[in-house]
Amino acid sequence: MTTTTAGNTFTNLANPTRFLNLSGTVLPWMAGVTALLFAVGLFMAFTAPEDYQQGVTVRIMYIHVPAAWLSMMCYTVMAISAIGTLVWRHPLADVSAKAAAPIGAAFTFLALITGSLWGKPMWGAWWAWGDARLTSVFVLFLMYLGLIALIRAIPDPSRAVRLTAIVILVGFVNIPIIKFSVEWWNTLHQPASVIRLDGPSIHPSMLYPLLVMALAFTMLFFTLHFSAMRAEIWRRRVASMRRRAAQAAA
Amino acid sequence: MSHDVYVALAYGITAIVIAALILWVVLDQRARRAELSELEARGVRRRSDAAPASETDHGV
Repeated sequence: MTTTTAGNTFTNLANPTRFLNLSGTVLPWMAGVTALLFAVGLFMAFTAPEDYQQGVTVRIMYIHVPAAWLSMMCYTVMAISAIGTLVWRHPLADVSAKAAAPIGAAFTFLALITGSLWGKPMWGAWWAWGDARLTSVFVLFLMYLGLIALIRAIPDPSRAVRLTAIVILVGFVNIPIIKFSVEWWNTLHQPASVIRLDGPSIHPSMLYPLLVMALAFTMLFFTLHFSAMRAEIWRRRVASMRRRAAQAAA
Repeated sequence: MSHDVYVALAYGITAIVIAALILWVVLDQRARRAELSELEARGVRRRSDAAPASETDHGV
């Protein structure tokens, strides 16, 4: 396949009309797989053994860890979309970034709340401002809210697209800070126990439910993201058609 | 507070937030489709509808 052909294939796949047709076909299947994964994951989470130190509170891990992973993955998707906007100026890339922001904010909110609910019985504190992991995730939550506000605040879409993409890419510096904060600084938060160079340190009886729940959250993210992208494409078409109708009436 | 309460609260809040996200996406889609249908019923067309060029239509 030549570079031109590959480029054309990519461009055709990223065509908004083609995306609407393709996503309309796969979304019901994605929703079904998501529901199935959640059913299996929740069953495994509630039949997994309790931790010898943490007791029943270890069950919070099966929602806290996937929510935290998704909060970072969602921002990574937005950063890739921002590159697509700035380099290829493709409208679907901007649609992707805009649609992902509220979903990312929700997953980050869940990571913070469930982390706090896990921290209180284990650490004796709901929150610790001096903790690098907690604070950097809170900064990520504020960044999501700021980006949502920025997208809505700028009336000129072409200016909003470029400015939002640049802010997303600048903010991406927070993602490695979140990931490595538990290694770079002394924190209350435990170090990585799944994604490690020497393999997971967590017992398989807890690792497998965690991985299934992580897969369920990931499928949920893509299902919601594709759905939100469809709504955003239609929103822009409505705006475009209204402008056209106003011009015709003038 | 019993440790079970912390677990119940964590799962309960997660369920509410996810349900709210799904509801927001579904209602947003329905509202946009209704707006599109209304405009099409009034005879308003997109610029790209004038020419049969959907394969090269990269505008949203």
